[in-house]
Amino acid sequence: MLDRLSFPQPYLSLILFVVWQFLSDGMSGASIVMGFVLAWLIPQLTRSFWPDPPAFVRPWKLPFYLALVLYDIVIASISVARLILSGRQPKPVLVSYPLELTHPLAISMLASTISLTPGTVSADVSDDRALLLIHALDAESDEEVINAIRTRYEARLKEMFP
Amino acid sequence: MNTIAEYTLVTLLLAGGFFTLVGAIGLARLPDFYTRLHGPTKATTVGVGAIVLSSVIYFSSKGEGVDISEVLITVFLFLTAPVSANILAKAAMHIGVSTTKNTQGNTWDQ
Amino acid sequence: MITIALYITIAMVVLAAILNVYRLIKGPDAPDRVLALDTLYINAIALIILLGITLGTRLYLEAALLIAVMGFVGTVAMAKYLKRGSVIE
Repeated sequence: MLDRLSFPQPYLSLILFVVWQFLSDGMSGASIVMGFVLAWLIPQLTRSFWPDPPAFVRPWKLPFYLALVLYDIVIASISVARLILSGRQPKPVLVSYPLELTHPLAISMLASTISLTPGTVSADVSDDRALLLIHALDAESDEEVINAIRTRYEARLKEMFP
Repeated sequence: MNTIAEYTLVTLLLAGGFFTLVGAIGLARLPDFYTRLHGPTKATTVGVGAIVLSSVIYFSSKGEGVDISEVLITVFLFLTAPVSANILAKAAMHIGVSTTKNTQGNTWDQ
Repeated sequence: MITIALYITIAMVVLAAILNVYRLIKGPDAPDRVLALDTLYINAIALIILLGITLGTRLYLEAALLIAVMGFVGTVAMAKYLKRGSVIE
């Protein structure tokens, strides 16, 4: 009974509380109470979807990572826009990327990052979570795509997750 | 409204419209489904992001206080765009949508 | 100056929506059509925000947020239907 009063997913609860403050018009007593209720209730109701506790090791590195990704998204959009407007045919590559990350949340963060940045979309994860299928819009070879992702994103994610 | 805010606003608006349009041109022009996936997931999210940002600046500079609840829309789009791209790519590979001739590598079927 | 930029932006987004409808009609495969619908709802969000700026009201933001949520759920449901043949198993 007592564990029902806890917050099994502290990060999720924090995000839910902050989002509720934005959704209601300005912070007030009512929105803070309601925010607490939602931050407690939703993780309890969706408990079976989140079996593991969160596994961040160095959560303070997350803002730097997000800033890097945001910067890359803007750069990537400009390069994709130039390709689309130039009128030439792109040279697409399908790459099987060998994953070094093991935590499911880390893999999904890497896949989301890949989908949002330089001309790449992550298409599938193999069932044993060892390979990630990436579609690159315009690349010369497999190694180019793999090296870029390995050094720029996966190394940084590996610092944040065990 | 001061001049700097006005110029930023105009730049952001035009950039947003430009990227939205480029995403749609990519969707119409690129040769196969997998390349078309790139248009909406990037150009369009950046386009809407810029338009949302211009909306934040516009309403903040009107002197009603800073309210960034619009940013929730952008955050939501940035969280969901990779998921829908991923699930659409999976569905396309399952159906067996073919790639263009000059694509290196193969799709999976698991 | 803002008004002119606003109208130019609205014209660009509408043109983008027309191109999406072209892809929606042409296909050739079902995933292409789902992708066109996905892009179309993102353009609708952009248009609603622009309408809000034009009219000087923030009331429409909630509608934009709802379209974002519903559009995402719709895309996922259609993609899942294409993959599995049913939405809820």
